[in-house]
Amino acid sequence: MKKIEAIIKPHKLDEVKDALDKAGVHGMTVTEVKGYGRQKGHVEMYRGAEYQVVFKAKVKIEVVVNDAIAASVVEAVRVAANTGSIGDGKIFVVNVEEAVRIRTNERGESAV
Amino acid sequence: MLKNIVMALTLAMVILVGSATVFAADVPKPDPTGATIGTAADVVNATGGAPTEIDMDKYKDSEPLATKLADVVGHNRISINMVWTLVCGFLVMFMQLGFALAETGFTRAKNAGHTMGMNMMVYGIGMLGFWITGFALQMGGSGGAAALGGGTLLNQEFVINIFGKDFGVFGTKGFFLGDSVYDTTVLTMFLFQMVFMDTTATIPTGAMAERWTFKNFCLYGFFISMLVYPLYANWVWGGGWLSQVGANFGLGHGVLDFAGSSVVHMTGGVAALAGALVIGPRLGKFRADGTPNAIPGHHIPMALAGCLVLAFGWFGFNAGSTLAGGDLRISVVAVNTMLASAGGAMSAMMYMWFRYGKPDVSMAANGMLAGLVAITAPCGFVTPIASVIIGVIAGVLLCVSVLFVENKLKIDDPVGAISVHGVNGAWGMLSLGLFADGTYGDKLNGVEGTVKGLFYGDPSQFGAQCLAVAVNFIFVFVVMYIFFKVSDKIFKMRVPAEVEQEGLDEAEVAVIGYPEFSINKTHR
Repeated sequence: MKKIEAIIKPHKLDEVKDALDKAGVHGMTVTEVKGYGRQKGHVEMYRGAEYQVVFKAKVKIEVVVNDAIAASVVEAVRVAANTGSIGDGKIFVVNVEEAVRIRTNERGESAV
Repeated sequence: MLKNIVMALTLAMVILVGSATVFAADVPKPDPTGATIGTAADVVNATGGAPTEIDMDKYKDSEPLATKLADVVGHNRISINMVWTLVCGFLVMFMQLGFALAETGFTRAKNAGHTMGMNMMVYGIGMLGFWITGFALQMGGSGGAAALGGGTLLNQEFVINIFGKDFGVFGTKGFFLGDSVYDTTVLTMFLFQMVFMDTTATIPTGAMAERWTFKNFCLYGFFISMLVYPLYANWVWGGGWLSQVGANFGLGHGVLDFAGSSVVHMTGGVAALAGALVIGPRLGKFRADGTPNAIPGHHIPMALAGCLVLAFGWFGFNAGSTLAGGDLRISVVAVNTMLASAGGAMSAMMYMWFRYGKPDVSMAANGMLAGLVAITAPCGFVTPIASVIIGVIAGVLLCVSVLFVENKLKIDDPVGAISVHGVNGAWGMLSLGLFADGTYGDKLNGVEGTVKGLFYGDPSQFGAQCLAVAVNFIFVFVVMYIFFKVSDKIFKMRVPAEVEQEGLDEAEVAVIGYPEFSINKTHR
């Protein structure tokens, strides 16, 4: 099993969700997060004085999938979340040791 | 040192006082039901074709029914004025909400409960202070308001005689609204003047927001409503010395301030300046090298809604200041008011757009208020075209002033109160002296003829307006600066640094404005 963590632009959430659905992923966890990358935010003006917007709002999606479809899921997210401009985000893939469905106590791949 | 000054002042007072309180010969009786207010006397010369005093005398015996009807017409006439004044007063009260929303929206979420709390309590504190001494000091010797049926029982003014001229300093009747003023006309005046005073009292809460202790704020609320506002208001509106510089020294019609550019707004703005100066900038507002950081407000929709509420209430503020629904000048006043607000919003928006690349809506909203503040004094005396010009200048003045206060004076004014109310209050007073067109204001302050500004041939009116601006700034700034310095010794003005960083809500007013949202407190 693989956990796929994608940090994306908030307005791309719906498209990514639909793409994941098509790719066979039928559940996910979504978190509103803030952060910055190589741009280190940007500068804005308010009432004639500067202020720095360091932490930009992003959305983090976490899904756990079977090894067999992991690569295609990553590709689906990458395509759906891409705008081509700075700040599109990142995808991380990590190994998952165990999964448990709390209601039925199913284990492993049948639990995800 | 202080003792010597007090002694010298006391001595000077003793020498200068020629005649103390003046008592009128026959004291009119208060009328708590209003049944006898508004009579045939209020019909005489009411309009162009109204009966004259001679007519009334002539037909008194031959047409008794007409005389009785004239009484009813007079009562109705005064009733219209009283209803108008009260309803406009209610609109002005609604401006408290506008201030509360604007100030809270333009400041940070972690202080929302505190900022809103100050705006709510200044209404109650200010009102009680005004009820105790404020109204009596301001209006106690004003002689009442003819448009509201008299109120002539407000007849006691403390007067100082210098160079053979009377200088009214403060009224001495109506403390606690006691039985001597238990009268519908007087209480109508109380309501209307009270809501104006509260506008002044709530202005500095914006300039000193996010760092002011509630204890010190309460002291302040009583001080400005009981003493500072009423004194200057007496001088201009209560029959005091500034209103008489026309009759006494030939300066136009004396100081004129139709609805309070100086009495209300400049007093509030100058008090805000003194307060912001003494309390110091918010933590993180200025970097070590002195350049300012922007601290954006947390709820721009709330702030803009507040500004629109203010613009709405302002119709009551300005048009209500005729104290007469029967004075049809109210339409001119209302149109002038809205035109100036549009001019101010537009010019402030354009200024920021050209200078910084975006139409900063917070400054555009401040510009709208600046236009409203500026038109408040001249709204009864100028043309619609002049109103737009006054508003456009006010909007630019606002932007220049906000940047000057922040970049040059290094004073932190989160909502722009000093620039909106102080600077544009002064501009409003001067603009009356420039643009008054001579169509209105006959016999105002006991001076024959209509009111004309510099551009219409009367430079002396402009002189009176300049005098008012100077007196307001010196009086309010000195008194409020000393007050804040002294009150800081009684209750510390400023919250401890850790409270300021954490937010004032829990420490100062016991409840957090937004308890169920996690608020980003790492932001400067």
